[in-house]
Amino acid sequence: MNGAVPFALQLAWFISTLLFVIGLRRLSSPSKARTGIWCAGVGMLVVIVSMFFHPDLRQNHSLIVAALTVGGGISLLHARRIDLTRIPQTVALYNLLGGVAAAGIAILVLLDVAQYSVLAKSLAVLGGLIGCVSASGSFFAYLRLRGYLVRRTGFAQRQVAYIASGALMLLLGLILAASPTAHPALLFLFVILALSFGVLMTLPTSAADMPVLISLYNALTGLAVAFDGIVLENPAMVVAGTIVFAAGALLTRLMAKSVNRRLSEIMYSGFGITDEGHDAATDRDHVNTIDSQDAAVDMAYAGRVVIVPGYGMATAQAQHKLRELTQLLDERGVETSFAIHPVAGRMPGHMNVLLAEAGVPYEKIQDMGDINTEFSQVDIVLVVGANDIVNLAAREATESALHGMPILDVDKAKRVIVLKRGDGTGYAGVENPLLFAPITRVLFGDARDSVQDLIFAIKGLE
Amino acid sequence: MSVVTALYLLLLAGVAGYVLVARVPSILHTPMMSGSNFIHGIVLAGAMLALGVANSPLEQIIGFIAVSAAAANVVGGFVVTDRMLALFDKSAGKKSGSAGSKPSRVDGTRRRTRPASPKTDSASEKS
Repeated sequence: MNGAVPFALQLAWFISTLLFVIGLRRLSSPSKARTGIWCAGVGMLVVIVSMFFHPDLRQNHSLIVAALTVGGGISLLHARRIDLTRIPQTVALYNLLGGVAAAGIAILVLLDVAQYSVLAKSLAVLGGLIGCVSASGSFFAYLRLRGYLVRRTGFAQRQVAYIASGALMLLLGLILAASPTAHPALLFLFVILALSFGVLMTLPTSAADMPVLISLYNALTGLAVAFDGIVLENPAMVVAGTIVFAAGALLTRLMAKSVNRRLSEIMYSGFGITDEGHDAATDRDHVNTIDSQDAAVDMAYAGRVVIVPGYGMATAQAQHKLRELTQLLDERGVETSFAIHPVAGRMPGHMNVLLAEAGVPYEKIQDMGDINTEFSQVDIVLVVGANDIVNLAAREATESALHGMPILDVDKAKRVIVLKRGDGTGYAGVENPLLFAPITRVLFGDARDSVQDLIFAIKGLE
Repeated sequence: MSVVTALYLLLLAGVAGYVLVARVPSILHTPMMSGSNFIHGIVLAGAMLALGVANSPLEQIIGFIAVSAAAANVVGGFVVTDRMLALFDKSAGKKSGSAGSKPSRVDGTRRRTRPASPKTDSASEKS
């Protein structure tokens, strides 16, 4: 970099960084969160506009504007139409793009080595490596969550592959950083290796654990951006990238902790790979079924009903019907609430977002710690498309893949009604003893249709 | 900015990021993840600069990909986070709206388990 950055530009970056920090701070409080994202948005706009006045940005102006229009335009159309039940996939997708951009910058730096110091090139190598890992990892996480890669694959020599590719990348990285000339072929090999490393990291992880991994990749992209920022001498990139890295790393830990798993377990364990589980899939002959009429009577004359939503509620879009059901029950004097497991759905907060969308008031939502002490006073628990978070195997079967994960103690209630679409097991692929418990009744069918039937049946009671 | 200064920045910004998120309630984990995903979209600034100094067609292609990807990250991250947070606004609005009807279901007097005469009970409820 040759031209000195004018003070006005430095000031603009400083203000943006400040706006990012304030924005992130506001994002962590429910009532101010929305102003937070707008704050950060203004900061981003200031940075983007200011970049056009950067003295080093000498050519390709039309290309830049074209790329901004194409990327921004497609993304705008996509983001406005995306279904909010697909948040984890969407974050993975945008993180893939961020990783690609971070890796692209590093590649450009390493192709044009003459003007950078060895230290700067080393940082570019690191930024490129992390960006590639994050991009390919996010891409495979996206595919897994979209259902394109249903089977997890793992192979026994994975550790060897990790170490071998790691060592090779270290060697290539050292050459790229130290050499005074560019080596496009070596750089290409390095990128391919880094991309495969990301794939290697993602493939063995189950879809249920994927949000934790996506959060990790999100943090890693932040780090890659920070390294690129040092190389390009842009302090706003360094600070924003590092903040995302630190916040993302903490968030990843919080998310892993709420499923009672260590990050290393999520990434490296062969969790469930050998256990196909589906041979023992729920047998309708052995569960007690119930029809919607009886279930409606049970609920209408209960004192307290707790609804446990899971991913099935999201896929069936049953949240609006559920709110209608709770309003109906409230009118009859039944006390209703929603019990939210920290990882219900596909990522923490997923259920809260959907219930908020349906207009369920905050005070009706109880988290696991509160509700678990109260289940013994609950008459009816209505489980809507949830499985792993109420899987008793997590508590009892020490050999189970879910063992040790805290669950909602719904079996302490007087009666459990499970709305279940099919005969399959949950995402973890583990049979749920709850379904066979004497207090449990299963209502088969699509969650939204079943809730609709319940609403009709309750309205019909006189 | 020397690399050493940058390392100090890394250290302090890392602490700041940790502190900023340390007490985020679990209900906001998803928007927080999406929001930080938006913020690392600042990689766009770097991508613009990298494309701005690109000379060969290969560099221009890589730069073009980087700028479009980063722009998509920025726009998508912002729109999705905002849409998500708009839902929280809406539910906060409903919350105050429903406050009036709340006491009737909180007091214990209406609680019952499986009454013997459901018909009369529900009739009195309706009236």
